[in-house]
Amino acid sequence: MARIIKYVFYDLLRTRFLLFYTLFLFVSTFALFQLDSDPNKVILSLMNIVLMVMPLISVVFATIHFYNSYEFIELMLAQPINRKVVFLSEYAGVALSLTSGFLIGVGVPILFYGAGHSAVMLLLVGTLLTIVFVSLAFLSSVLTRDKAKAIGIALLFWFYFSLIYDGLLLWIIYSFSDYPLEKVTLALVSLNPVDLGRIMMLLTLDVSALMGYTGAFYREFFGSYIGLLFSVGVLMLWIVIPTVLSVSIFSRKDL
Amino acid sequence: MISLNKVNKQFGKLRALQEVSLAIALGKSYALLGPNGSGKTTLIKSILGLVVPTSGDILFEGKSILNQCAYRAKIGYMPQIGHFPQNMKIGQLIDMMKNIRGEVNEIDDDLIRDFKLYSMYDKPMHALSGGTRQKVSAALAFMFKAPVLILDEPTAGLDPLSVEILKEKIIAERGIGKVLLITSHILSDLDDLAGDVIYIQDGKVQYNDSIHNLKEDTQEKRLGKAIASWLGQQEFLSNITK
Repeated sequence: MARIIKYVFYDLLRTRFLLFYTLFLFVSTFALFQLDSDPNKVILSLMNIVLMVMPLISVVFATIHFYNSYEFIELMLAQPINRKVVFLSEYAGVALSLTSGFLIGVGVPILFYGAGHSAVMLLLVGTLLTIVFVSLAFLSSVLTRDKAKAIGIALLFWFYFSLIYDGLLLWIIYSFSDYPLEKVTLALVSLNPVDLGRIMMLLTLDVSALMGYTGAFYREFFGSYIGLLFSVGVLMLWIVIPTVLSVSIFSRKDL
Repeated sequence: MISLNKVNKQFGKLRALQEVSLAIALGKSYALLGPNGSGKTTLIKSILGLVVPTSGDILFEGKSILNQCAYRAKIGYMPQIGHFPQNMKIGQLIDMMKNIRGEVNEIDDDLIRDFKLYSMYDKPMHALSGGTRQKVSAALAFMFKAPVLILDEPTAGLDPLSVEILKEKIIAERGIGKVLLITSHILSDLDDLAGDVIYIQDGKVQYNDSIHNLKEDTQEKRLGKAIASWLGQQEFLSNITK
């Protein structure tokens, strides 16, 4: 497996996209730190990049990469190599390189300016979300043979989790505003990795007071050690379930 | 060596393979023939595990190949259209294959040498002509001295000189007792390369016997003629039974 990951990495590095991605994150993080002296506000601005832009880039890049390495995958599958190994190597290669791009691009300026535990949370959420969206991208890639369709499905995942889901959630909260919805929204939020990441961030940034009673409830739940474990666990499920699903589809797929 | 047991493959509504049962024996060489879209490539891909049969099983040396991969170390495969990582150079590709197939110490570089690929080691794959790509594909199939060689349209797109080089190589490999499974539309090529004929049409095996017997049955000297006249006989027979 290590041998194949090596070639996946090699292939990824040659496209130079990752270099630009890292540079983009690095420059924007630096710029934000220059513009604002309050590190918490910088983290809040970065949060929007992490929650909106990064999933989009991850999901599109991973899907395109999968189709671009179709030839490599095809070649490997005619060799004495297990399908799962080929697939997981591709997956690990993409996930690792996007994550390290993020950690270097955002992490280095943060280390330089020295921010507190909200920055650590940002890096954690960013890493987990990147991997979640790589998993979703690989799932959409194995669902169809057509590159355009796969990118469409991948984008749909992003739209759904970043925009549509929030709208639906708001609509539910609004329609049932007469009822106590704290626990229901908590459950519903777990169904969206982006929302989960957002809440994890907001609570460490001490802006939860803006969310009123619900915020207090969330603070009590997510602020605790168990709450953190819960949200990291749910994000892990968001990584594992699509990956297991796509591995099982891929091992039966005709090439 | 390889046996197929009532293998079926369905692509949506299309039945690409229907109840295909075959036994591919050690030391024999087979010509896999059939019209376009008759299921030849699907059959080959199912043996390689690239296509998963809808039902039936395929045994390699007595063991089912389903979800297995180790058996592919014993197969050299040349696909109909070689797809290679586009931004790799020929040399890098060959080194990568050596690296990935790690277990082989000595490689067979006859074709790399004869096709003069060593002098093109620095050319990237996307800059190669179709014929050169085909040469790389052939060189890779023979490189690991696999006891089974599966060649899908090996001579398509090659210039006459290279066709001769490849044919000589195939004949040499046949001489040392390797199992060969070759498809081609150029029947005159297959005359010297194969000893047995498997004819498929609409995903069914119609004929499976030695070329010698086929020629004797049809009283023809050349494989192309023999196949044509055998097909004529079949049509005639089926018209009578109707």
